[in-house]
Amino acid sequence: MNWGVLLLPGSNCAEDCFHAVDQVLGQPVRYLWHKDTDLGDVDAIIIPGGFSYGDHLRPGAIAHLSPAMTSVKAFAEKGGLVIGICNGFQILTESRMLPGALLQNKGLKFLCQDQTLRVENNSTAFTSEYEAGDVIICPIAHNEGNYYAKAETIEEMEANGQVLFRYSSPDGEVSDATNPNGSINNIAGIINRNGNVVGMMPHPERSADSVLGLSAGKGVFVSMLKHLEAVNS
Amino acid sequence: MTEKKAGMEEKLWRKAGLTDSEYALLTKHMGREPNVVELALYAQMWSEHCGYTHTRPLFKHFPTTGPRIVQGPGENAGIVDIDDDEVLTFKLESHNHPSAIAPFQGAATGVGGIIRDILAMGAYPIASLNSLHFGHPGDRGHTRWLISEVVHGIGEYGNCVGVPTVGGELRFADAYKGNPLVNAMCVGYMKKSEIKKAIATGVGNSLMIVGNLTGRDGMGGASFASKDLEEENDDDRGAIQVGDPFMEKLLIEACLEVFQEDYVVGVQDMGAAGILSSSVETASKAGNGVEIDVALVPKREEAMRPEEVMISESQERMLLIVKKGMEEKVNKIFHKWDLHAVVIGHVTDDGMYRVLEDGKTVGEVPVWSLMDAPTYELVGEAPAHLQRTQSFKNSDVDVPDDLNQVLIKLLGSPDICSKEWVYRQYDHRVQMNTVVKPGSDASILRIKGRDKGVGVTMDSNGRYCYLNPRTGSQSVVVEAARNLVVSGAEPIAITDGLNFGNPETPDVYYQLEQAIMGLSEACRALNTPVIGGNASLYNQTPEFGAIYPTPIVGMVGLVKSLDHTTTMEFKAEGDHIILLGTTREELGASEYLDQIHGMVMGDVPELDLEEEAQTQAFILKAIRAGLLSSAHDLGDGGLAVAIAESCIKGELGAHIELDANIRADALLFGESQSRFLLSVTPDKADQLMDMAAEMGVEAATIGKVSTDKKLSIKNNETQLIDRDLALCADAFNTGFDKMMKTDG
Amino acid sequence: MLRAIVTVMLKKGIFDPQGRAVHNGLESIGFEGVKQVRVGKQLEIDLNLTDRAEAKKMVDEMCDKMLANPVVESFSYEITEV
Repeated sequence: MNWGVLLLPGSNCAEDCFHAVDQVLGQPVRYLWHKDTDLGDVDAIIIPGGFSYGDHLRPGAIAHLSPAMTSVKAFAEKGGLVIGICNGFQILTESRMLPGALLQNKGLKFLCQDQTLRVENNSTAFTSEYEAGDVIICPIAHNEGNYYAKAETIEEMEANGQVLFRYSSPDGEVSDATNPNGSINNIAGIINRNGNVVGMMPHPERSADSVLGLSAGKGVFVSMLKHLEAVNS
Repeated sequence: MTEKKAGMEEKLWRKAGLTDSEYALLTKHMGREPNVVELALYAQMWSEHCGYTHTRPLFKHFPTTGPRIVQGPGENAGIVDIDDDEVLTFKLESHNHPSAIAPFQGAATGVGGIIRDILAMGAYPIASLNSLHFGHPGDRGHTRWLISEVVHGIGEYGNCVGVPTVGGELRFADAYKGNPLVNAMCVGYMKKSEIKKAIATGVGNSLMIVGNLTGRDGMGGASFASKDLEEENDDDRGAIQVGDPFMEKLLIEACLEVFQEDYVVGVQDMGAAGILSSSVETASKAGNGVEIDVALVPKREEAMRPEEVMISESQERMLLIVKKGMEEKVNKIFHKWDLHAVVIGHVTDDGMYRVLEDGKTVGEVPVWSLMDAPTYELVGEAPAHLQRTQSFKNSDVDVPDDLNQVLIKLLGSPDICSKEWVYRQYDHRVQMNTVVKPGSDASILRIKGRDKGVGVTMDSNGRYCYLNPRTGSQSVVVEAARNLVVSGAEPIAITDGLNFGNPETPDVYYQLEQAIMGLSEACRALNTPVIGGNASLYNQTPEFGAIYPTPIVGMVGLVKSLDHTTTMEFKAEGDHIILLGTTREELGASEYLDQIHGMVMGDVPELDLEEEAQTQAFILKAIRAGLLSSAHDLGDGGLAVAIAESCIKGELGAHIELDANIRADALLFGESQSRFLLSVTPDKADQLMDMAAEMGVEAATIGKVSTDKKLSIKNNETQLIDRDLALCADAFNTGFDKMMKTDG
Repeated sequence: MLRAIVTVMLKKGIFDPQGRAVHNGLESIGFEGVKQVRVGKQLEIDLNLTDRAEAKKMVDEMCDKMLANPVVESFSYEITEV
């Protein structure tokens, strides 16, 4: 399967995502340059974390207007798998490919820590490697990860199983005490109604390479790969 | 040439920071009086900041060569060999004065500057560290504001530019109340074939400026940084540079792409004294001249004078020496990243440094003379306080009744408590190389595609150096090496940051000289040469006096296999706990004396460099033989604190039984050197003890790891410490947050 | 030349932690009677235009497309002659 990692000015996790697909997953992968509209032959697209355009104005506010994003949207509309991680999630909400917005962390500080997440829905193309209720460690590193959406939107997403991950304690308890940034309902990652676009603040690529002592994030990429192989076979 | 001779009758050179004799010397070099532009060139290049006028004569003591040293001092950063045709480059730099005035921007631009030094070597920056010193946070709201802003500035820059901030230290003493220290270090990785140099070879080659526009930022920062803070006034506030990490990120990407091609003969970061310093250094190395037309420099502000353009410290700029004819190709790559590379001058063959404005010469001096800053070797004099502090005897203080309480207090004290409040604001995982995170003795990064890693640490101990500059400075080097060794890394080399007061006073000069001797001796003993560094002098204010003499050491080591990666926390119940080294009745200079008795007194504990080297060699050998479960060095707070830290991090208890015949406080909290705390599974314990005996290293089994979550220490059957781990952990984990929330 | 001064604020009802921090700060240095603080941002945009209607249309579009995120932010602006 061919993977693409969107390369925007300032997206400093592009190489990490590339590494995760190339070295950990062992799949072909290449960069998609932000000025190009022709994405070529790709089966899945990763919008990586970082500080695209220096996070100026709002994280993702400038990046979502880049030429390549028009093509990413079209790719998603045709059912292609897209995952936005951290700044990538922010870009996806700015572009309205996902509902809601990411506000500044409640504590007003950048937060980098190895975060425990509870898997909420494992019947998606991005989470099939997990069991619902699994607790995984996935590092977070963000200043604007406080997920917000209107009450009715949240209600709808919850009812549809669109919340994939919640910030939790190591034993899976979800409460204010386990919420690092003030996100509504401890939401850490969501999926669109069509089930092909995911945004998550935690970095699954950072817990994909077991040399670094963490490996649970690999499941996200393996799930995507298995889904692609199933659809393409 | 220029009508006005700089109003030299007004002794303008004094305002520019030059002495009468320096002025006489430069007119001799020039064979005439300088104009304003020329005077500005000398004033910048001959400042302490650029010319190292007081420190250069002392640098000769440093060992700078060794089998792994590829590049010693003299380039943007030094280089060491880590096998497989791969090298690391690293350096530290101070940003003390800017951080005192505008802590957020001062710290941020400090990070940006040192990253560009690494980039200029041709390397990819893989890690940032920092060493920060402040007054006590509980003391003043202003200090807490400084800490918050400095940490925020470091985080904001490092996080955005995508270089993980993986380690460092944060230390507190009243001596830094008026003059905080912010030293930033960066480590870069590259293949040996990718090394770049700061050299302007090839007559006719172009000087190209890349990155940000030039404004009046940091105007005169180079000489500004060499003055007492007292002389600063509100007008000087415009001297603060503003950082743009997004621009820096683009600069990194674009430069590394350009370096892949054969277009560039030399690269130099624009740091202190901007275009001037970077171009003089590259020309001097090649024995060439250069000419620069200030009209060609892309500017952000209008009506800038030639000397302003030359010395501006606008951030995120680099100087490239580009092969004639390749300029457009270079520009094309920068253009891809929405940047521009602009020709501002050329390499010439006449050895002159020539400044033009719209083609007309406005200043012209010999390159060599700018690099030939006069140096000063003064006569130092031992500071008066040493007589008083060294008269300390252990009997001057009583052993406290409640040693448990002492332990809890030390665990929550500023220098010892967890600094998670700080490093959780730094992205320490980006680039996916971080094997051991901040909060450990040293951080470990893997080298992608290889079974090997790099250990990095930054260390200092101002109090030690204040009480004994020589042994104190030796201790700083060995402490850095201890941190690497217990993490499984073999120390390779250091970069040093010399943070001192005004060297023109005999006691500060004494401290500086002794510190350099001490650093040199320890570096020789441990085979860790000095490959570069930085000096920041004049760190003092009229209100609070001079800082502690604070040499800061950044050390890098090689982890030959990632299997060797070792951490401080206890791993399993029943593991034997082993203490290496000799515990003497030494209370002097300790954290305990400072925190519990309020005394900065005594002498630094005795240090035998040979014994230290042998003990470190043993630990590395034991780690490589796979014998150790954990390893931790004994530092601030001594044995009891080290045991508590290994327990807290491992969430396991320890039962310790000692048989010493010294005071209980010296036994628990004294800081006798060359000691380490190891744990080992029972089946490997004998082999470990045999190895220690063979190598002549003193080792004693002092207890076992337990699951009862209690920390118990007995000496000759007397219970000294008996505390629930939860209490220790709470003090350690919340100490810093509490200090930052103190009112006042 | 015309200058647009655009103010972008978090919508009412959306928690503004920065505003709360400033509020607490003001109280801690002795300002009483502060009811609420909200922090937003102001942009100064100089336009090479003379026609106000044209400027207004352009600024509206800028705000919709990029300057404000309608999910969480509201905007207002003034256009002045400079």
